[in-house]
Amino acid sequence: MFRLSIVTPEQVFFEEDIQSLVVPGTEGYLGVLSNHAPLISALKPGRVEIRDVEEKVHFLSVTNGFIEVSKNVATILCEAAEFATEIDIERAEKAKALAEGNIKKVLDGSLEFDLDAEKAALERAKNRIRIAKEKH
Amino acid sequence: MPTLREVKKRIKTVESTKRITKAMEMVAAAKLRRAQQRVEQARPYSEKLDLMLSHLATASSDEITHPYFEEREVKKKTLIVITSDRGLCGSYNANVLRLANNWLKENAAYDIDIITVGKKCHDYFKRRSWKITANFQDWGGVIDYDKAKEIVSLASDRFLSGDTDEIALIYTQFISTVKYKLQTKRYLPIARPEVDEEAGFNMDYIFEPDPESIYDAILPNYATSKMIMALAEAIASEHGSRMMAMGNATTNAEEMVDTLTLDYNKARQAQITKELLEVVSGAEALNA
Repeated sequence: MFRLSIVTPEQVFFEEDIQSLVVPGTEGYLGVLSNHAPLISALKPGRVEIRDVEEKVHFLSVTNGFIEVSKNVATILCEAAEFATEIDIERAEKAKALAEGNIKKVLDGSLEFDLDAEKAALERAKNRIRIAKEKH
Repeated sequence: MPTLREVKKRIKTVESTKRITKAMEMVAAAKLRRAQQRVEQARPYSEKLDLMLSHLATASSDEITHPYFEEREVKKKTLIVITSDRGLCGSYNANVLRLANNWLKENAAYDIDIITVGKKCHDYFKRRSWKITANFQDWGGVIDYDKAKEIVSLASDRFLSGDTDEIALIYTQFISTVKYKLQTKRYLPIARPEVDEEAGFNMDYIFEPDPESIYDAILPNYATSKMIMALAEAIASEHGSRMMAMGNATTNAEEMVDTLTLDYNKARQAQITKELLEVVSGAEALNA
């Protein structure tokens, strides 16, 4: 058992003792159990899997961020986090459509936008839709 | 002695002013509550980021070189000043601007440009014809994350491209409803994180993928987080100041109504006495 806190710039999103954790590291998914060696890693948008003390599994979507594991405390810092069950698919679809539209417009030159930022937005929206639709 | 009608009119004016200041006080109090909540919710992220950076620096031991840490010979400096868009918030803006002016005097030897946040400081520095690189106003008393990110990307672009060698940030830190602290901080380059010498600290960290890439990802985030914190604190201070100023104005108006009511009663009594005197002396004249 170890402590996990997920902190976003807007709030402390999650703070509880858990059994195990899987996070989307930039180099692939990472599993964390208690007494894990100290670790610092960057995260990419993806799915976080938490097994709580009652062996229940929860899924979350996170955006870009970082994780630090040290002395049986795991800290995830990310821009935004959301439980899979609470994701608003409709809103995510809208965000996806908007990002796709913007990317098209940037590519054909009718709009001046940051292409990387739009691609990142599209990635985030796709990630949220995928996680919300997965069967749990 | 003013006439009865004049005093009555003044009482009415003061009372309507009081109603306005009272309403403004209440609005500011409501906004303050929300702004204060924002500050408190944003603090853990900022603190954890500090901690992570310090652990990263401790564990990756080798000398870190990253554009965000680069200390160049300083020739050009940029100042970011955060004030409010609107007035009627006591000495809040005046204090910030005084500190900014002192800073400008101390740094007169450098080539300076200013990034203004809030209408008040934009107007102030424009009147004094300082070089204003950018202005961010119309916040409406709340944090706009997109705007905050724009400030960050403008500031870091200018620093990284060498348009400026150092960026300072002047804002008001929110301590409590009645207490604020003016802050002058170096925003960029970022100070090298202090090595955490905590006893028993395990230096054997695993880095994924490697410390440099983590720095690449974490430092822009750190800069954004610091800016958002500063904005949140400044906005909370603004609402707090306004609440206090309007509270004082309401109390003053109440006192004024009291004095004026006293004057009014005095004038009314004087008039009655005068009328009585006239009646009595009239009657005596008839009797004589």
